Amino acid sequence: MSDHSTNSEIAAPSAEDVVLTADNLVVEFRSGHRTVHAVSGVSFAVRRGETLGLVGESGCGKSTTGRALVQVQAPTSGRVVYQGQDLGQLSRRKLRQVRTKIQMIFQDPISSLNPRRRVRDIVAEPLTIWRRGTKKERAAQVREMLEAVGIDPDAAGDRRPQEFSGGQCQRISIARALMADPDLLICDEPVSALDVSVQAQILNLLADLKEKFGLTMVFIAHDLAVVKNVSDRVAVMYLGKLVEVAGSDDLYRAAAHPYTEALLASIPEPDPDHATDHKALSGELPSPLNPPSGCRFRTRCPYAQALCAEQEPPLRDIAPGHQVACHFPLVGGSVGDSAAATPLEASGVRPSPDPVPVEIDV
Amino acid sequence: MPDDRELSNTHAGAQLLSDRVPGSAAFDELVVSRQSESLASDDILVKKPLGFLFWFALSWVGLVVILALIANLLPLPNPNYQNYSAINAPPSIHHLLGTDDLGRDLLSRLIFGARVSLVVGFVSVVVGLLIGGTLGLISGYKGGRLDSALNAGSFVLLAFPAIVAVIAIVAFWGHSLFKITVILTVAVIPLLYRVVRASSLSFANRDFVVAARTMGATSGRIVFREILPNVIPAAVSFGLITAAGVIVVEGSLAFLGLSVALPTPSWGNLIANGATNGNLQINPYIMLWPVLAMFLLLLSINLIGDRVRQRFDVREGLL
Repeated sequence: MSDHSTNSEIAAPSAEDVVLTADNLVVEFRSGHRTVHAVSGVSFAVRRGETLGLVGESGCGKSTTGRALVQVQAPTSGRVVYQGQDLGQLSRRKLRQVRTKIQMIFQDPISSLNPRRRVRDIVAEPLTIWRRGTKKERAAQVREMLEAVGIDPDAAGDRRPQEFSGGQCQRISIARALMADPDLLICDEPVSALDVSVQAQILNLLADLKEKFGLTMVFIAHDLAVVKNVSDRVAVMYLGKLVEVAGSDDLYRAAAHPYTEALLASIPEPDPDHATDHKALSGELPSPLNPPSGCRFRTRCPYAQALCAEQEPPLRDIAPGHQVACHFPLVGGSVGDSAAATPLEASGVRPSPDPVPVEIDV
Repeated sequence: MPDDRELSNTHAGAQLLSDRVPGSAAFDELVVSRQSESLASDDILVKKPLGFLFWFALSWVGLVVILALIANLLPLPNPNYQNYSAINAPPSIHHLLGTDDLGRDLLSRLIFGARVSLVVGFVSVVVGLLIGGTLGLISGYKGGRLDSALNAGSFVLLAFPAIVAVIAIVAFWGHSLFKITVILTVAVIPLLYRVVRASSLSFANRDFVVAARTMGATSGRIVFREILPNVIPAAVSFGLITAAGVIVVEGSLAFLGLSVALPTPSWGNLIANGATNGNLQINPYIMLWPVLAMFLLLLSINLIGDRVRQRFDVREGLL
């Protein structure tokens, strides 16, 4: 598989295992003379076989990040490296070929299928584009794949997308993506538009297929509860920046960034007797046209200090595999507290009220 | 009836349950089968019937087209033959629609005249769609500088009051059928361009286009396989309405004596002739027939265009 080892200067820890690296990814949109900073310097690595969750509220740039990974949205700066190849540097032809290995599942299942084409043709599309196999072989592969995603090929093949429900459309678009024989699947809110009962089915299907086809996944969602179930690692995004990256369990047990804490607190509690002290975030996401100085979360952060407005906190390790971008990370709970909770260089200027974790939840 | 469906549903559901694939959920399958089942039986009902008016309109357009095509084979007198013994004759067995002030057979002139109207109307729109439509398709999908340039160009062309521009050009360049068709084609291109571009633009950023790109489809493939099929209904229905408009413009030119040179008949020429020399008072038939024919043709074309859009518009058609 890895016969392309041309320019392998990946900045990741174990280059072997890393499928995809985003390196200081920046995406900006110009609207008139103003600039929307959708993604501002996001770096992460996706390891082979894992599911990386990407969470954040609407408008934080997580979908844009997903699109930039596939180069559907050209990044303003920064690199996307897939198996040692900088996607931004590839020729058009080469990119066309390479990016079939990275496929996307979209949020709106109806819009992601061409309403004028038959399901059979839609699913066969990757094969037709690359002229793989004979007509017969293609038809057989389409059948197999439709069955694998739980769609009856005989009943569905000749129908058009609008005759199906959202969940079925999502199954069809998963089938289409898998037909391209990808390594990496970028799921951009794949279940957000679906009924809750169907959500679980699609998530299970994705998990099964991941195993069956040996996929690596980037799972974008705004729903932490969903992400928790599917991800090995979770990256939390806020206003175009990563604020925390951690193993899924670590993150839920010991969130170190105030924003992550607030997100976790906002997950609805099904037990009415177990009333939690809801610390809902006040305020709204600041405009990406003019992001706040220093830490971008400071305008809504309950623990914000003067330092937060002056210096932008870099993403740093506070525990093995746990990174956070905060001057005063919340350390406590049960694990992951390696006493790294001192603000970086500015420890002398540190103001008196110490932000200590308030929630003592398990 | 409902019992029948219920039965077959559960049956299909059970079947699917029994041979379902590991990992897929049984519940959804049941929902799947039930839904597709009901869709299959309702398929014809879901689509609105086209209705009597549509078929009437279609047959009128068909009749006009066929008569115009086989005009030479019909037992009609030469449209330009002047029979001085039958001037301003009312409809009779010899002249089914009567004759005009020069004794020419009105039925013959009407049918031969249809040729001009149809050629001008449809050729200009078809060629306009090929040129303007293709440009619009590409421009809407690609965006960027090409789009800005074409867009600006179309505005410049549209800024001229079309009829005045056409009159001016015809007056200078001459008025053969070919020239008039060319001029009207040029006039129609920016209109069709804009409609197709708008439609193409609305599909250019849909997820299925993005998906096609990630699958490695070339721009050409995306434009013609993914976007074009979605744009066609709008293009066809608007094209039909534009054709109707062009036929009227030809009539207006004829009224000013700027259409196909006399004595060649065109509906516009016939109407113009019917209105001059007090013909309207003496022999209203000269004007009546072409006006009636054109009125019905335009009505029919518009109606067909409308129904085509309804039938193929996904949103209106099914949801």
